[in-house]
Amino acid sequence: MRSSVIIFPGSNCDRDMDVALKKFGFKNQMVWHNDQSIPKSDLIVLPGGFSYGDYLRCGSIASKSKIIKSVIDFANSGGLVLGICNGFQILTETGLLKGILQQNKFLNFICSNVFVKVKDKQNKYFKDLKKDVLELHIAHNEGNYFCSDDELKLLQDNNQIAVTYCGEDGTENEATNPNGAIKNIAGIFNENKNVLGMMPHPERMIDKYLSGEDGSLFFKNILDNFK
Amino acid sequence: MKIKVIVTLKNGVLDPQGKAIQQTLNGMNFGNVEDVRQGKFFEIEVKEKDEKKAKSLVDEMCKKLLANLVIEDYKIV
Repeated sequence: MRSSVIIFPGSNCDRDMDVALKKFGFKNQMVWHNDQSIPKSDLIVLPGGFSYGDYLRCGSIASKSKIIKSVIDFANSGGLVLGICNGFQILTETGLLKGILQQNKFLNFICSNVFVKVKDKQNKYFKDLKKDVLELHIAHNEGNYFCSDDELKLLQDNNQIAVTYCGEDGTENEATNPNGAIKNIAGIFNENKNVLGMMPHPERMIDKYLSGEDGSLFFKNILDNFK
Repeated sequence: MKIKVIVTLKNGVLDPQGKAIQQTLNGMNFGNVEDVRQGKFFEIEVKEKDEKKAKSLVDEMCKKLLANLVIEDYKIV
């Protein structure tokens, strides 16, 4: 499976993502934001970081960068596009995903492990995933997902909510919501579920000695579903 | 021509920074501050003499980049 990771000025999880993808057998390439086109890929990843210094709004400048048109075309033709953290923020700013990531409710930068519940498995990312609750890592200042009531209803009706913050046992409530996100939302899909944006970093959970391995499950699952 | 734009959060959208500023002001004995909403202010120099045209251009800029209409409103002043 071929993947491409887009690097924006200020991306800082691009190499972690590269390491993670290659570890599980993706043929990964790095693509610079100023390039006109993306090499043939089965998956495009927008990595975490602070693209363009988070100026104006997180992800807003990157969402107008040169390479983005190719990403949007790829997504609209059904290609898999994964946005992690800042990548999720960029995807909402392009309009590929609904809503926006606002500043965390308590104005703090959060860096910690969290549990997320997989809400939908009828998609190429989570289909046949053996676990329902994953332990992943978050590190963000703007992860407070917000959308209008109408949009939320659409997300719920179409099962576009991908993952939600929860406790180790899967409980979703205010206490297990780190940033104030509406309905504990940690990640969502587009309508066709080929575009996934989420705040947690699976690429940080791929080593049993350093972190944990629930991220490994995530990447292996994408590969298994591609076969 | 210089065009000025104010971008604010829509009513009902949580503004944690505004809230923190309000609480700080309250703590500084500005007890009558009931609410603070924080926004952004832009001054845009447009190479255009016709005010109507310039404002219409800035309007397009607001829609496409300066404001995110999911949570923000803008006003050209």
